[in-house]
Amino acid sequence: MPDPQASLDPLDRPPWWRDRRVVPWLVQGVVALLLLVLIAFLLGNLVHNLTTRDMLLSWRWLGQTAGFDISETLVPFNAEMPYWRGLVAGLANTLRAVITGLVGATLLGTLAGMASYSRNGLLRGLTRTYVETIRNIPLLLQLIFWYFVVFLSLPNGSAALQIPGVVLAKSGLYLAGLGQGMHWSLPQLVNGVWQAPLRLSVEFAALMSGLIIYSGAFIAEVVRGGIASVPKGQWEAATSLGMGWFATLRHVVLPQALRVIVPGLNTQYISLAKNSSLAVAVGFTDLYSVAETTLNQTGRALEVYLLLLGAYLAMDLVISLLMNGLNRFVQIRER
Amino acid sequence: MNPLLRRLRADLFATPADGALSLGLIALITAAAVGLVQWATQRAQWAVIQANSTLFAVGRYPADQQWRLWLLTALLTAATGVTWGLLRCHPRADRDGTLWPRNDLVVLALLAAVAFWLPWVLQLTPALQSRWWLLAALLAATRWLAGRFGSQLSRPVLRLFPLVWPLIYLTGMVLISGGLGLMPVSPSQWGGLLLTLLTSSFAILLCFPLGVLLALGRRSDLPLLRWISVIYIEFIRGAPLITLLFLGQNILGFLLPGGLAPDRIWRAAWVLTFFAAAYLAEAVRSGLASVPNGQIEAARSLGLSYPQTLVRVVLPQALRVALPAMVGQFISLLQDTTLLSLIGLLELLGVARTVMANPAFLGHSAEVYLTLALVFWSCCAALGLGSRALEKRLDPQTLSRSSSQP
Repeated sequence: MPDPQASLDPLDRPPWWRDRRVVPWLVQGVVALLLLVLIAFLLGNLVHNLTTRDMLLSWRWLGQTAGFDISETLVPFNAEMPYWRGLVAGLANTLRAVITGLVGATLLGTLAGMASYSRNGLLRGLTRTYVETIRNIPLLLQLIFWYFVVFLSLPNGSAALQIPGVVLAKSGLYLAGLGQGMHWSLPQLVNGVWQAPLRLSVEFAALMSGLIIYSGAFIAEVVRGGIASVPKGQWEAATSLGMGWFATLRHVVLPQALRVIVPGLNTQYISLAKNSSLAVAVGFTDLYSVAETTLNQTGRALEVYLLLLGAYLAMDLVISLLMNGLNRFVQIRER
Repeated sequence: MNPLLRRLRADLFATPADGALSLGLIALITAAAVGLVQWATQRAQWAVIQANSTLFAVGRYPADQQWRLWLLTALLTAATGVTWGLLRCHPRADRDGTLWPRNDLVVLALLAAVAFWLPWVLQLTPALQSRWWLLAALLAATRWLAGRFGSQLSRPVLRLFPLVWPLIYLTGMVLISGGLGLMPVSPSQWGGLLLTLLTSSFAILLCFPLGVLLALGRRSDLPLLRWISVIYIEFIRGAPLITLLFLGQNILGFLLPGGLAPDRIWRAAWVLTFFAAAYLAEAVRSGLASVPNGQIEAARSLGLSYPQTLVRVVLPQALRVALPAMVGQFISLLQDTTLLSLIGLLELLGVARTVMANPAFLGHSAEVYLTLALVFWSCCAALGLGSRALEKRLDPQTLSRSSSQP
């Protein structure tokens, strides 16, 4: 009979480099050491390189006069104002683009996702073509196409494209709205120049066309996946109750599909917010484009970068929080 | 009633409203198609593409060194042909065992048509046209040879054959950049499709191991590894790619000792790699989550060590599940290379923008950008098709059927 004490003999234990109590700590210790060395190396270089250029972290430049102009802003800004006002104006423009884009892409994506379940084969095929075409072409190329090929080749003056209440010209997109004295007014041609209560620049219009159509295709896939997750019996039950196609979708299928759709939408919304930074390619002055100009003028790469990154991370966080709240709201509460 | 007619009626004219919608859509689609064809054949001037075809293909790569790129293309074509032939030479359950299945003939005919039509329509010089024909012939010949005689090769040769691909990749790097007795061509002279394919293939190859490591780290039991992976993945996924490229161009120089920072193109390629790795890690993580715990327990109880369990049991299953998501990431990586044009690099879109800046081609941007869209669309659609074929091939049902065959 073996002595129970014998197994405690140190010679019977596995060597320390195979001991299950030691190995995890060993691995983590080595990783931590490597990481610390890497960080120390990078930070050391950063501090050294910045001190030799006399560019150590400082935020005083934010108060200096910017000297550049932004053609369209929500918050007032001109060249005599300090840099921080410019960055705020850029952030406001980014938010404007992101919010408009979110609303537009959700509408288009939901419509296209619903259409992919239409009874009409042609409509289904058209939706499929839309999604497959748009998803396989880079967004940047699409934005450049919208701006340089579509919007910049529009005619001006009386030759502009006109639909009642909307005028599309090279100088901008003019919409009817409440004008001076709270009167409803339509776009009018005054001395060869269009005037309307609401004018969107072609840059903004191009950015919105590109973003909405691109994100719409991805959202359409999310919506389609959500509808596909609803059992077929739900459709059949609703139809046998005498509900039409749209009523079934609206009252029976979509409410159940939402719990699959919302998490997918979260991802798409965040990527739309990030993609809005491509506005720089179509000449819309968003946060990234202001940051780039600021960097070129002041040379403050690190500070500008930290601000830029912080702004985008904050935007993603806000979208995620809102969507997580919505997600809790649409989930089916089970007992 | 004719089944086709019945189907048409059910699909398009089920109700009066449906019929009206269908008629409207038919009118709209016809008008759009007619307009596009009229524009493409009558109003569009494709001279801008013809005049700049070399620029679009390779950028400002020195003309007297372009034979190196032709050699690389020939190597790639031959390797493709041999691989394709070897895949067909052993009859397996998922194939009917014929040397030329119908799909292969269709693909070959399509490639031959492109190899003849494209050089002709671009009005390339006769010398260049004949090179394209030779490449098409090379593909067909290697495909035939490998398919016909591949089964006579010994097993070790067949097993070692996949190593040809990394070898060609390394050879290609030397051929492109020079060295080993070849005249060096600096990265600033690379451009066009060459640069697009180079950066995207580089990033795809390197982000794969990195992404798998990050995904494993994120699911690790060791808190430190888990937290590092989570912070890295979430940080990268929170920032727009353009801000990361901006970091690579403007700040990387400060983080490294003077002179150590790589060339601008390699910096951008590395940024793309690290960017894609974070997204790939999420795709792989979903695959890892799909492997039941019982698999790991079974492997461990058979006495497999942790690395063996990972490599032989977990990863093969996880990567198969993650394949569609991973290819989706590769496709968006290929599309993301267009962002290099925003930091002043002359990849395909960057070349297009410099061409459009030339007043001689003013007003012909539609031709250029539509061609680019077609190129990207074809590349991405081909990747998607390849992924679906691979998925079908790796499907457990197909695999078990083929292994049960003698």
